[in-house]
Amino acid sequence: MEPLGTFDIILRILAQLTPTWIALVAVFTISVTYKRKLGLYGKLFDSPIGMVGFGLVMFWVFTAIFGAFDLIVTHDELTQVSGMKNKVPGTPLAGAEEGQYAWYLLGGDNLARDVFSRVIKGAWVVVQIAPMATLFAFMVGITLGLPAGYYGGKLDTVLSFLANLILAFPVILLFYLLVTPEIVATGIPSYMATVMFVFPIIFVGILLNSRYHTQPNIRTPLLVGVLGVLIWLYLSLINEDGTKVDFVPIWFDGFNVPGGILVVFVSVVFVNSPTVFRIVRGLALDIKTRDYVAAAQTRGEGPWYIMLWEILPNARGPLIVDFCLRVGYTTILLGTLGFFGLGLPPESPDWGSTINEGRKLLSIYLHPALPPALALLSLVLGLNLLADGLREESLKD
Amino acid sequence: MLMFIARRVGVMILTALCLTFIVFFLTNLYPNLEKLAKNQGNQRMTDEQVLSWLGNRGYLQPVPVKYGEWLGVLPGFTHTDEAGQVTGRCISGDLTAETAPRRCGILQGDWGYSTVFKDDVAGVVGKRLGLTGWLMLCVMLVMVPGALIIGVLAGMREGSKLDRSLSTASIITTATPEYVSGVIFIAVFASSAVGLKWFKGTATSATDDITFANFTLPVLTIALYGMGYIARMTRASMAEVMTAQYIRTARLKGVSFPNIVIKHALRNALIAPFTVIMLQFPWLLNGVVIVETLFNYKGFGWTLVQAAGNNDIELLLGVSVVSVFVVLVTQLMSDIGYVYLNPRIRIS
Repeated sequence: MEPLGTFDIILRILAQLTPTWIALVAVFTISVTYKRKLGLYGKLFDSPIGMVGFGLVMFWVFTAIFGAFDLIVTHDELTQVSGMKNKVPGTPLAGAEEGQYAWYLLGGDNLARDVFSRVIKGAWVVVQIAPMATLFAFMVGITLGLPAGYYGGKLDTVLSFLANLILAFPVILLFYLLVTPEIVATGIPSYMATVMFVFPIIFVGILLNSRYHTQPNIRTPLLVGVLGVLIWLYLSLINEDGTKVDFVPIWFDGFNVPGGILVVFVSVVFVNSPTVFRIVRGLALDIKTRDYVAAAQTRGEGPWYIMLWEILPNARGPLIVDFCLRVGYTTILLGTLGFFGLGLPPESPDWGSTINEGRKLLSIYLHPALPPALALLSLVLGLNLLADGLREESLKD
Repeated sequence: MLMFIARRVGVMILTALCLTFIVFFLTNLYPNLEKLAKNQGNQRMTDEQVLSWLGNRGYLQPVPVKYGEWLGVLPGFTHTDEAGQVTGRCISGDLTAETAPRRCGILQGDWGYSTVFKDDVAGVVGKRLGLTGWLMLCVMLVMVPGALIIGVLAGMREGSKLDRSLSTASIITTATPEYVSGVIFIAVFASSAVGLKWFKGTATSATDDITFANFTLPVLTIALYGMGYIARMTRASMAEVMTAQYIRTARLKGVSFPNIVIKHALRNALIAPFTVIMLQFPWLLNGVVIVETLFNYKGFGWTLVQAAGNNDIELLLGVSVVSVFVVLVTQLMSDIGYVYLNPRIRIS
């Protein structure tokens, strides 16, 4: 079998990504057709920058999802094929059998694994963790930031002090202190997870209760149902066999988060939430002086109703923009963790770990390190452009 | 103003104490101590031997007491063994139990002993900090003027082609973390396989002799990531100033455009970026750790990785104290500088 030329490699990669292209075209056609009916999301398609950003983000989301279903990847991301160590892109597979993809499209890494497949699988790690971790950080930040801004006083002083405390920590030092195996063995990250993941439950509980507390016949079943599901998810998430937090009976434990991911998740949420707290607090301080808040207070609404149903919806613009930026930042943080080999298992295909492995031979072999680096760059760039487009469009109102 | 500074310094000291206590607590957890005992003593120690090794050296005291000793406010730990020989925290080298000072901690200038570098922590940190100082200086010299020029050029005519292209460029740089841009730079400029071979891919030799070839890539890598952010802040601030009434008045009076930008707008537009530049220091610290690892420049960030990776507790504590101090001092300077630069802010 002949090695592939540059042109052939590009063509074959594009062909391999067919499911992603189909999904992208479908999303864009539907969105552009109905953009007048889709609110802020539809307006995004009026801004070229926003569209490019959205396209890049959705490209990686679809690639990651299809990759997770083994649609795009050409080889298993962990299998080592002898004779393929550090081979350049387009090298035919040594000893290819019937039914195997016959080339390493982007070459092999120093353990003779397919770089292309690892990049695609790595996207799945990022697309799973980054938005979820950001969402959790937002829940923590909002649940603490709204009362800090709304009530002010001692509560604000204490919470702001704690937030500044975490912010003054150099991020990498914090990671090294939290994610090393010795500390994980003491269970501190698990305890932190137990505390921090309560916040989404509190948030949703207060959100629903403050809205429906005047209609008990709706409120009670709604709260019981939603909180029941959330508490089950919470217990399944924090409970892990063999760690310090292992008290939930096995039949109740819905799923286990694979090794190290929970610790990574916790540290990323921990680093992100103080910044969200500061933003939400600032917005709450500004919005609580508006007339509609005064009107709600005169109506006799409770403080939590005002915070969650008057202040929060009116702060959504900046929060959505910051959410996009923060997902990008979380992606960078995940990469940093991988780069220092912290938390994630060493054979993990995530981009940071792959860059870290590739950099050791960087001056001789470029191909193992460059694709994940460019992938990370394009995803974060997409998120930043998306945030910029959203900001521009939401300011036009 | 004095009251304000005094209060800020008070909060800063409290923060520093809390942070160092957290680091102290986390580094002195039992699994870390056990690892330390086995590394220093011998790998095949039994659990009792580990306990007695740690006990003889005062590691098993309550954490607040140990913290006080490390800080230097409590008298150092001493231990008398069966033969009547007195050992202790402060007794080392030529000092005996009689001549040794009662307290020895950070406040007395005794930072402890690094197990990785086999040297005093103060010496190691000082030397490495000096190396990183050069790196930071070069980064600042490239980053700050570059970012300010880009931001002012982009912000003086909002919406123009120049603004669009410079803004896009700044977005791209903020989306490129150091470990990505570093890899790309090495690939393009330093790779022996295909690259241009203009610069060196490692900065190890810069420890003794900084040259253009070995220092350009690390400096560029750090500067680029921070540059986009500062440039965008400057642009926003400049664009806001350019819509102000007094700028319109100046234009109507017939002042030339370059004159307006340089004499009227610039000073007011630089207040906000100043704070941002100061608050960039904690990020720079991050960048320094990544870049020094990537380019193998043996400075402060590299030392942090070595200390954390090898469970060198006292060195890690020393490194944390310095980095926390840097972050807090820059925050304080940014607060004071903001008030000083902006006459509209009055502190009540």
